[in-house]
Amino acid sequence: MIASVLLVAQVPTPQGEPAFGVFFVATVFKMIALFTVWMVGVAYMTFAERRISAWIQDRRGPNRVGWHGMGQPWADAVKNIMKEETMPPYANKAIFFLAPIMSFVPAMLAWAVIPFGASWASKWGRIDMVFADLPIGFLFVLAITSLGVYGIVLAGWSSNNKYALLGGLRSSAQMVSYEISMGLSLIPVLLLTGNVTLNAVVNTQASLHVWNALSLGVACFIFITAAFAETNRLPFDLPEAESELITGYHTEYSAMKFSQFFIAEYANMMTASAMIATLFFGGWDIPFTQADNSGAVSGLMVLLSILIFALKMAFFLFFFIWIRWTLPRFRYDQLMSLGWKIFLPTSLAYIVIIAAIVLGLDAAGIERGLVYGLILFGANAVLLIGLFVVLDRGRIVSPASAPVAGARLAHLRALAAERARLSAVEPR
Amino acid sequence: MAIGVKVLERPIEQTSYVRATLSGMSNTLRHLVRPHKVTTQYPEEREPLSRRWRGTHRMLTTEDGKAKCVACGLCPTVCPANCIKLVPGEDEQGNRYPLVFEIDEFRCIFCGYCQEVCPEEAIHLGRHYENSEYSREGFVYDLERLMAQTHPVCEMWDPADPRGE
Repeated sequence: MIASVLLVAQVPTPQGEPAFGVFFVATVFKMIALFTVWMVGVAYMTFAERRISAWIQDRRGPNRVGWHGMGQPWADAVKNIMKEETMPPYANKAIFFLAPIMSFVPAMLAWAVIPFGASWASKWGRIDMVFADLPIGFLFVLAITSLGVYGIVLAGWSSNNKYALLGGLRSSAQMVSYEISMGLSLIPVLLLTGNVTLNAVVNTQASLHVWNALSLGVACFIFITAAFAETNRLPFDLPEAESELITGYHTEYSAMKFSQFFIAEYANMMTASAMIATLFFGGWDIPFTQADNSGAVSGLMVLLSILIFALKMAFFLFFFIWIRWTLPRFRYDQLMSLGWKIFLPTSLAYIVIIAAIVLGLDAAGIERGLVYGLILFGANAVLLIGLFVVLDRGRIVSPASAPVAGARLAHLRALAAERARLSAVEPR
Repeated sequence: MAIGVKVLERPIEQTSYVRATLSGMSNTLRHLVRPHKVTTQYPEEREPLSRRWRGTHRMLTTEDGKAKCVACGLCPTVCPANCIKLVPGEDEQGNRYPLVFEIDEFRCIFCGYCQEVCPEEAIHLGRHYENSEYSREGFVYDLERLMAQTHPVCEMWDPADPRGE
């Protein structure tokens, strides 16, 4: 009786809002499906990281369990569950238990607002491929992902271990610093979109015919770099820093609790990749087509758009791994100066520049379309190249050194020349 | 800025971070798509052993299936690790034979002196290295077990062919 009222409360149309019952069932189904795919994805990310790092270093990687080592994540899971859990005697037990969960849950929560496909025009009404299309959109993502730092700080503090504490402190400083540039780099997106919901961001990119990565290149660069810092990935993995801090905040963790931090790291990477793909690379929008931009679409198109989104995400996940196995870790002062002295002023200046360009283009009466996007792209190409030229020489990474006075330098050079002359004259 | 290290003016090609990063990334990508796979996949593939590889011992036998050993006692004497236990015996015809002949493969340093010193060419080291047991006692090979080994034996160093080719 109630079910029938819920289902036939109004006559459903493919583009209209579905009845509450349909909405409820669809949401539960989406949650179960996406959560499953996502968790399996996280498990296979650990595998992918190990295989890709091995290939980059001319090794083989785990290839024993199952077909090409595909069973490795499951073997790892069994191992981690069976292992002994150690408990440091002076740890704060409640927080020690809570910390791994707190670092893992925010990464999962952020998915509530990320659209992962075009809306489906089903015969029961329009079904959005997003759990909650909140009006506050990516502000929610920023708020939730910044909670992730609590897990790490609390883990460091509750372990009652100095290295763990140092790792936690570093992490909080790093994440707070980069949160600012991350938030500021999203303001140009907001200026262009005029709306914070992520579906609006995707639709704007579709209507401009250019990805935000091109039309807002500098913001994209800053956001991706800040995302690396936020997820504690190399070259910004200072909270872990194996060589200095004995893996930092999770020094005291073992077995499944350690594994939860591991899962949290990859979960954060998945979320960060999804955010990069959505905000700057067109999200689920299928490139070079317009068929998917007119409201809800057929089931096949929905699947295609989900596939496109997954591919974009996969690329950024690969990018995360690729960068990790290429670049060495920054020194701490370099990290801080990069965040505060370069990214913060650059993103502030960039907001002003983009606001001026958008205002100018609107005043000139240019329609939001391909031309608009191309003009932005041109301006950004110039800005990005300018930024790289300015940053390039000794400014991204400061040396651990002091300037030498000219006379002293001349003396040193003369000494070196004298030594070279002597060694050339006397044969060994 | 704590340490007063001298700073030299270097050309932009050497100090450019953007170029260094890009070249590093292209380098790792090149290895990713075309890795130099050098790892031997051990249980499936094996590296060839040298003909002079000194591994698990083997006692050679005569045509009628007895050990060639005459219990002269040279090998326990020469053994630097003191891993050979030999108790000599004598039969009715006055032939000496080992009553007990045990080699502790755990203590053995695989120097090959026993093979070199043996007048009967009875004890040999072999081209075999996969020894694993569940107990220490399992590594003490008795005469029967030494005779039962079938792997090829180690070849002695030959002055005419110093590199063993």
